[in-house]
Amino acid sequence: MTEESRRQTAARIRDVMTTDGAAVNEQVRNLNENRYESVAAFDDYESSRDRARKIKERAIEDLPTLIETVTEHVEANGGHVHVAKDGAEANRYVQDVLDEQAGETVVKSKSMTTEEIGLREHLADEGADVFETDLGEFVIQLAEESPSHIVGPSLHKSREEIATLFNEQFDPDSPLETPAELTAFAREYLGERMKEADLGITGANFVLAESGSIVLVTNEGNARKSAVVPDTHVAVAGIEKLIPSIEELHPFLELIARSATGQDIAQYVSLLTPPVKTPTLDFDRPDQPIDASDDDREFHLVLLDNGRTAMREDPHLRETLYCIRCGACLNSCANFQQVGGHAFGGDTYTGGIGTGWVAGIDGPDATAGFNDLCTSCSRCVPNCPVKIDIPWINTVVRERRNHGKTPDAVDHLIDPLVPDQEATGLDRQKRFFGNIDTVLRLGSSLAPVSNWALSLPGVDRLLESTVGIDRRRSLPHLATETFASWWADHQENPDSADTTVHLFVDLYTNYLYPERGKAAVRLLRELDLSVEVTPVLPSGRAPLSQGMISTATEQANEVAEALDSSIAAEEPVLVIEPSDLALFRSEYSKLLPTETAAKIEAGTVGILEYVTPLLKSQSEIESGASGEIVFHSNCQQRTAGFEEPTVEALEALGYDVRTTDVECCGMAGSFGYKSQFYELSMAVGGDLEPQVTDTEVLASGTSCVAQIESLADGDEPPHPVELVEQAWTEHTR
Amino acid sequence: MDAGAETTQFETAAADHDLAVTRTRAASFDSTLDGIVEYPAVGVSLPIDGVSLAETDVETTLTPRKLDAARTGVTPVSFGIATLGTVFIEGSADGAEPVSLFPERHVAVLAASDVCPELAAAVDRFGEELAAGPSSGVFATGPSATADMGGHVQGVHGPSEVHVIVVADR
Ligand code: SF4
Repeated sequence: MTEESRRQTAARIRDVMTTDGAAVNEQVRNLNENRYESVAAFDDYESSRDRARKIKERAIEDLPTLIETVTEHVEANGGHVHVAKDGAEANRYVQDVLDEQAGETVVKSKSMTTEEIGLREHLADEGADVFETDLGEFVIQLAEESPSHIVGPSLHKSREEIATLFNEQFDPDSPLETPAELTAFAREYLGERMKEADLGITGANFVLAESGSIVLVTNEGNARKSAVVPDTHVAVAGIEKLIPSIEELHPFLELIARSATGQDIAQYVSLLTPPVKTPTLDFDRPDQPIDASDDDREFHLVLLDNGRTAMREDPHLRETLYCIRCGACLNSCANFQQVGGHAFGGDTYTGGIGTGWVAGIDGPDATAGFNDLCTSCSRCVPNCPVKIDIPWINTVVRERRNHGKTPDAVDHLIDPLVPDQEATGLDRQKRFFGNIDTVLRLGSSLAPVSNWALSLPGVDRLLESTVGIDRRRSLPHLATETFASWWADHQENPDSADTTVHLFVDLYTNYLYPERGKAAVRLLRELDLSVEVTPVLPSGRAPLSQGMISTATEQANEVAEALDSSIAAEEPVLVIEPSDLALFRSEYSKLLPTETAAKIEAGTVGILEYVTPLLKSQSEIESGASGEIVFHSNCQQRTAGFEEPTVEALEALGYDVRTTDVECCGMAGSFGYKSQFYELSMAVGGDLEPQVTDTEVLASGTSCVAQIESLADGDEPPHPVELVEQAWTEHTR
Repeated sequence: MDAGAETTQFETAAADHDLAVTRTRAASFDSTLDGIVEYPAVGVSLPIDGVSLAETDVETTLTPRKLDAARTGVTPVSFGIATLGTVFIEGSADGAEPVSLFPERHVAVLAASDVCPELAAAVDRFGEELAAGPSSGVFATGPSATADMGGHVQGVHGPSEVHVIVVADR
């Protein structure tokens, strides 16, 4: 990315933050909070997720058979099925159905799939009057915009904006103002359209192959009307919506509304096996008794492929097809919360999962405008009801985009400096951050000089124009003595120790924050352990974040080799940097052979995960000597579930611990340093700021340290192990 | 759980979802209904022993005009779900679907013995019907609602008020 395009990206993001930011933020965070509450109250959440995941895996595996089965059943019921290979074909088919009716008015209930293929625009171009009946979609249609959220397409619009839009478009007798007035107006207006409609179009949340039923989940009731009032109903659904039968439906019904809005069930869950028995309503013959006996109901199921078969064959994009479009990944994403889908998404599909859909439908390059907004913070992962590894999809798509470019003119200058495994053509900024190990190593060998050089006037500008480090960010200082060189002089262990542990020395501990490493060593020795230190190695996290999967794989292999003997000896490897531990526990399974990854997962443990039970088992702590403290754990640490031991250790020492509860600090590795994302990063941090001022703060992740320092305009928050070590030494014996 | 306890659970859950619930017996059904219905009202016939709309002012010969003018729609429901306060309305040839959907008030008539303990059981129950032949219906929980107009509003394309009459039939 050039400086110019970085500037354009920054401007676009700023723009969306100004127009959509406030409304998106409020609504999305609300949905997110509701979801957390409702999930917490639902005992079967995890088992439902497991079941849902398995059902989807099977269904996508068996997709060709399910398509055959559903076709058979819909036809036996008297309906028609058309499998459309792309959007154009699907649109043409629906057009033909409409032409056959000589129909003009179409009512349509919300469906992202029809949005994907531009069905409404297509029918309108051919002369039909098409009305969106979901109020959110209706707003979008009036405003001629694209949806900004999978579930709430218009949630970026405030009530005032909607009122202005309605008042301008319809010029009502007295101006509409309140949500109730706006709703009443839309109900009346769309109610009339439904009565005159010749054709009703819906999507489908699920399609049950063995009965030919479709399931529609809504709150407004518009899908019910669109499906059953006109005598012809067309349902357009992606082929991935098929599940075998009603027997597989239950976990999805438990999950979909909870994940979307935090409701235990949506207002309406329609199970339609069309053509339905409900009589059609002909409002042109108002006094004709309603009677189903002379019904000529017609039903068409259009199953859309549009790239999905290819996604099914793609081992990385395949998971996208498990998506039930609940939007939980959007709502739990700190970046999405600030900008919504108009910056973080494509025309139809937005947020974390948007990458998978857009890449599958339009190719990886189509995600260029937003794929980098995923920071791999992983906060969406535990929130996805079908357990899709969304950050991984984003990483893979990033990698595919990385290598599409022609080599940069300066590539041959940079190449010899960076030992990465990447093909040429990689963006210079990505390459810089992906090779942060080399940067730190070279910088550190000249540490005092580097620190001095960084403070020279003009250097900030140079870094901004070359590798896109925002000049408003201060760079962390390189330690004048690395951890490794300190260790060389401090290797002696207690004589009494009979257990050996290995400290995994990450780049940041070594080059930037050796204090946390030293504290770890002291604490472990206090606990009578013998400490060994692993060679300083990059874990692979940095290149992985840039989509440099080959380099990350190479580094993972080196780590595996370095840890092999300790793990074989069943001596635990203790990790200080939470983003590395999270990597060992999740992404390594994607980079390394299954067995190797499993060994690393089992053999590595967070420093405080390991230490806390030992502290607690020793009774001589004089607790109560402390005070209030805030602990901000890294987002990946929270997702991977090893935040708790830190809290317990601090509490055992007598601290009154508060944890921050925002999804992410916004720094997220290299993200916050990148000039195009600086403002977004600070806006995300804005939610954290009030929680980390006024009290002493601890932060476990390297990049969180940098963000908190700049947000609170204060000191670098220490790693919890530093405080634990200090308190332990002071308050015991 | 006996039917009484399930009805109680149904009532509590229904209240959480903004549904009003009234218990009655077949003998006092007509007067209970009359206290809840706002006229003009349309309805479809009720398959509960001893309960019928015949003696009430609810119109059962439907036309589009009557449906449009009605302020209340009265329908039977096939079953309810105790944990959710949900009712299942079968899409039948006599028009239960539009009658439950168009008027601003929906009165759902449920036999106490038709309260299923929870969603899973209710889905199974519909599954049995589906196995017997194509059938359709909707799990409806409270009034229709939207948050798309800048605030929570009840009564969008569907009813703004839902009232369940539970008829003790045992
Ligand atoms: S990993 Fe984080 S940044 Fe990426 S989509 Fe999920 S929540 Fe958003």
